[in-house]
Amino acid sequence: MSPAPLRPGTEAIAAKGWLAAHKWLMLRRLSQFGILLLFLAGPWFGLWIVKGNLNYSYTLNFLPLADPYLLLQSLVAGQTPEQLGLIGVSIVVLFYLLVGGRSYCSWVCPVNLVTDTANWLRARMGLKGGAHLTRATRYWLLAMTLIAAALTGTIAWEMVNPVSMLHRGLIFGMGMAWAVILAVFLFDLFVMRHGWCGHLCPVGAFYSLLGKLALLRVRLPRRDACNDCMDCFAVCPEQQVIRPALKAVDGAPPVILAANCTNCGRCIDVCSKDVFAFGSRFGGSGQ
Amino acid sequence: MDNANTHKGSARRQFLADTARLACSVGLLGLGVGLYARHATALPPAAIRPPGALAESEFSAACIRCGLCVRDCPYDILMLAKPEEPMATGTPYFVARQAPCEMCEDIPCVKACPTGALDHGLTDITKARMGLAVLVDQETCLNFLGLRCDICYRVCPVLDKAITLEPQTNTRTGRHTLFIPVVHSEHCTGCGKCEKACPTEIAAIKVFPLYMAKGRLSAHYRLGWVEKEKAGGSLVAPDVEHQYTLPEGMRYELGGKGLHAAPNSEPAGSIPAVPSAPTFKALQGDKL
Repeated sequence: MSPAPLRPGTEAIAAKGWLAAHKWLMLRRLSQFGILLLFLAGPWFGLWIVKGNLNYSYTLNFLPLADPYLLLQSLVAGQTPEQLGLIGVSIVVLFYLLVGGRSYCSWVCPVNLVTDTANWLRARMGLKGGAHLTRATRYWLLAMTLIAAALTGTIAWEMVNPVSMLHRGLIFGMGMAWAVILAVFLFDLFVMRHGWCGHLCPVGAFYSLLGKLALLRVRLPRRDACNDCMDCFAVCPEQQVIRPALKAVDGAPPVILAANCTNCGRCIDVCSKDVFAFGSRFGGSGQ
Repeated sequence: MDNANTHKGSARRQFLADTARLACSVGLLGLGVGLYARHATALPPAAIRPPGALAESEFSAACIRCGLCVRDCPYDILMLAKPEEPMATGTPYFVARQAPCEMCEDIPCVKACPTGALDHGLTDITKARMGLAVLVDQETCLNFLGLRCDICYRVCPVLDKAITLEPQTNTRTGRHTLFIPVVHSEHCTGCGKCEKACPTEIAAIKVFPLYMAKGRLSAHYRLGWVEKEKAGGSLVAPDVEHQYTLPEGMRYELGGKGLHAAPNSEPAGSIPAVPSAPTFKALQGDKL
C-alpha cells in the first residue's frame, strides 16, 4: 500500500483496467442520461417516444408508467387513478420488486446526477465533516408527506419535491426550480455528505420499502478475498449496507439485503479482488 | 450492574431526546409544506384549468402533475405551473388572453389524464365548465359605448347561446340602440375565445374560474314567475274587493266616480264578512 491516500478504485484500475473498473458507473450514467434523453426527445426534437415525466409517462402511446409513491399520496388525499394510471403503477411496482426499489435512485432519478456531482466535488475539495442526521430521517419525512397529504387533501409534497421539480423542469420548463436544485447541491456539497439522497429524500425512502424484498441484489461471492482496502466503503452512497454482508455479522449470508442499497454497482467496479457481483437474493450470482 | 443500568438509562434518554428532536423538526417542516399546499389551492384569476377539471380542492389531490394533457393538446395552449407561480406546482392551466381553449370535440386532454383530475365523464365539450366569461368593464366595452363591435358575440363557439346581444336604448344619443353582450352561464364553457378576441387593449370581457365568476341565490329564494309556470297558474290568491264603511245610501268607487249616492244600496251595517279563513291563510303564507 502506498503511504499517500489513493483515490478509491486505483487498485481496481491497476488490476482490471480502467474500463472494467468503471463498467457499472458508465452503464448507470448511460441509463440516467438515456432515460432523460427519451423524455427530452419529444420537446427538443419533436420525436415523441415518451410523453410526460417520471410522475407518469406514456411510451409510444402504448406503455403507461406511474410513480407509486405519488399515487399513494393521491390516494391518501382521497383520489383514485383512472385505468391507465392503475396499469402504469402496477407495472412500475412489479419492476422495482424485481430490480430493487432504490435502483430507481441510482439508475433513473435525475437528482442523483446532481448529488453525485456534489459528492465528487466534495471529495475533490477535501471537504470533511458537516451536520449529522440519522439516515432514518427519510422515513420520518416519508411519513410526514403522507400525513400532510391526508390532512390537506392535496399532494402537498409535490409542491416542493426537488425530484419531480427537476425532471418536470427539464422537460416542461424550469422556472425557479433551479434554485431548489441548487439548494440540494449545496447542501450535499457543504452541509452533509450524501445528505439529500442518503438521509432525507422521502422518494428514496418509499422506494427502499418497495424494494425490501427485491430479487436483484449485490452479492459477495468472494468475500473471503477481501483485503480490507475500504474502497467499497469510500464509494458507497449507503455505506451502512455493506458491513453485515461483507463481515458476516451475526452469520449474515454473502448478499447485501439492506433495503437502502441502491444497486448502483460501484462497489463491484472499485473492488480489485472481485468480491462483489450482481445476483439474486436467493443465491446464484452472475451478471 | 448498577453502572450498566445507569448507562442503559442514559442511552434510553438520549434515544428519546433524539427521536423527539427529529419528530419536531420533521413536524415543523410538514407544517410549512402543508400550509404552503393549502395556500396554493386558491387558483389565481387568470389561470384556467383544462376542460373537465375537478373543483380546485379535489384537483390538487387528483392531479399527478405529469403533463400528459399539455402534450396531447393539439393547440399547445396548456402549461404546467412553475414553482414560483401562485398555484400548485406542476399543475396544468391556460391563460385565455394568450391562447384560449379551442374546444376539440374529442377532448384529447381529458383522454390523456391518467387520474380523475380531468373528469373522464366529460364527453361533450359544450358541457365543459372551465370558467365563466364575465363582461367586467362596461366602461370600456365598445358595445356599451354604442359601437357595433360584437366580436365576443361572433367568436363564441356556442354562438348566440353563451353570449346574446340584448338591445337597450342609447340614452346618450336618444335615438340609437345599444347591443349589450350578456353571458349565460347555462351555455358558457369558459373557453376564453371572447377574452382573446376582445379588441380593446385590456379585455373588457374576461374568463374567471367559476368560483369567482358565479353568484348563487339563497336556497329559500323562489322566483314568482318560475313558480307560476311550474304550477300552471298564479299561486297568489286574488285580492278581496275592498269594503268601505260608509253612511247609508253612499258608495265609494276607487278611480271612478268616487263617493256618491247609491240608489239601491244595501242597508247600512251589512258589511260583508271578513275573508273566509282558508283564503286568509293562503294570503299570509304567500311569499314573493
